[in-house]
Amino acid sequence: MPNQAKYKRYIWELPVRWTHWFNVVSIATLAVTGFFIGTPFSFGSSASDFTMGWIRFVHFTAAYVFAISTISRVIWSLVGNEYAGWKAFFPCVTAKGREKMVKMMRYYMLMDKEVPETVGHNPLATTAYFALFLLYVLMILTGFALYAQHAPNGIMHKSLGFMYSLFSDQGMRLTHHLSMWLIFGFIINHIYSAWLMDIKEHGSEISSMFSGYKFTVKKED
Amino acid sequence: MSKKKTEDVRTDVEQDLLKRDYSIGEILKERGVSRRDFLKFCSAMTAAMALPASFAPRVAQALDEVKRPTLVWLEMQSCTGDTEALLRSANPTIAEIVLDILSVDYHETIMAAAGHQAEEALDKTIAAFKGKYICVIEGSISMKDGGVYGSTGGKSHLDRARQVCAGAMATIAVGTCASYGGIAAAVPNPTGAVGVREAVPGATVINLPGCPVNADNLTATIVHFLVFGKIPALDSHGRPLFAYGKRIHDNCERRPHFDAGQYVEHWGDDGHRKGFCLYKMGCKGPATFHNCPSQRYNEKTSWPVAAGHPCAGCSEPGFWDTMSPLYKRLPNVPGFGIEATADKIGIGLAAGVGAAFAVHGALNALRKDKEPVEETKEG
Repeated sequence: MPNQAKYKRYIWELPVRWTHWFNVVSIATLAVTGFFIGTPFSFGSSASDFTMGWIRFVHFTAAYVFAISTISRVIWSLVGNEYAGWKAFFPCVTAKGREKMVKMMRYYMLMDKEVPETVGHNPLATTAYFALFLLYVLMILTGFALYAQHAPNGIMHKSLGFMYSLFSDQGMRLTHHLSMWLIFGFIINHIYSAWLMDIKEHGSEISSMFSGYKFTVKKED
Repeated sequence: MSKKKTEDVRTDVEQDLLKRDYSIGEILKERGVSRRDFLKFCSAMTAAMALPASFAPRVAQALDEVKRPTLVWLEMQSCTGDTEALLRSANPTIAEIVLDILSVDYHETIMAAAGHQAEEALDKTIAAFKGKYICVIEGSISMKDGGVYGSTGGKSHLDRARQVCAGAMATIAVGTCASYGGIAAAVPNPTGAVGVREAVPGATVINLPGCPVNADNLTATIVHFLVFGKIPALDSHGRPLFAYGKRIHDNCERRPHFDAGQYVEHWGDDGHRKGFCLYKMGCKGPATFHNCPSQRYNEKTSWPVAAGHPCAGCSEPGFWDTMSPLYKRLPNVPGFGIEATADKIGIGLAAGVGAAFAVHGALNALRKDKEPVEETKEG
């Protein structure tokens, strides 16, 4: 297959991969512990146990990991390469980006048979990632606002003061809970799409998130 | 002449009090409160105000010397539960006597005067003590259609509140209705009920929410006034920090069971009988700021969680809407009908997304795509 020459290209820099996997691990931990915090079963056999206490401790620690990872990724979007840069997340502002989005959409809707190849993120994905990022911010803010209530008028409670005027206490819990399901919906989509593109593009979509390298048909953009 | 007429509506004791400029200490003495009981009361109030015990003598001294302030108590859209909570204790407490002395000028529920006489007394009081009296408001204020849904003496609650709060040194909103609208403001809120702060934006309002208000917190707030001459430090919802500065959950006597993972699963089950945590029964303690666990109700006798009932979150803004269903952890999702919980919607969403991609994957597996080639593709 002479016209299908593949070029090995370094796309995902180390911080992009690290923050991705830190997010995966922390979100999985947060989801499982969060489920127990929302709907615990009586796992304690004596009042001296600290089972719920530990589950909450793990949840709060994972929350810090997740928040630091998210902030690190935002910083990397300012200093990283073009594939990691913040501009990649707003493809709809350029004509070329919109054209690519339409192509990708047509492929996903089974209207086109041609797999549109993208070197970095595909423009539909980055748009979804930006929405996901907003969900992350919502999760971090509601989560830490709920957490900060154990120390009223502490630094965290005061700096998140605006959250308490935006949400009622129970509304904040509901938002935190519902947003998890939205992230869960995204994860299903994300894994499926990565799997699909890995098969269709033959570009090592999935392993690129470990190695950083993708295989592309064109040598350069 | 006008002074004479005002006095007509007062009881003999009160008339006697008016003649001489008594201090609170003297009045209590006259009512047969021993010095020992008075000092005990001062210690309890110092504790309620979250002050160190060394402040108790200062509180006693201040109450000994301070002159009796004027207080008017207005009823708006309320069930009079806060007045009831104050008056229905088994034995008259010093706190009650203090409030009784304070509230001589106007209290719709317990005053002797009625009708035009009563209204006249109120008008005279607020004119004579402009800027010096304390106004206590119980119940929410109707705002819809110009406030026609609630009126006293032919005057709408809204107008009355504006008039009385404007001249008050400070207004104390007792109970959740006066603070945030309470149950009257619950969806669909037919009367457009709001709390005093929202109805009279310019007024200095201290919110003492709770259903009913804890009489000790009301007394402590008034004592704070008398001792320090200013309103106590408030949180962002206008509640005194000494009473609403900590979460119920963080001071709860059942907290060890929460941390251990011991929960009441059903009413009357083994855990319920053993006093386990009421978290799963919908306890809103983790969402509610109030001093119930330490102050308790009815002379420190009990409070809902001690009695085996989950906290309903009655002292938070948005009670009732955001705290219902009372026996479930999370509110229902708005717009999805009754009983649509976040988890049901979430599972539906996840299943829907999963099914959609399963179909998409199957369709993709069945068709043959063109691979990208160098000539046809751009980066």
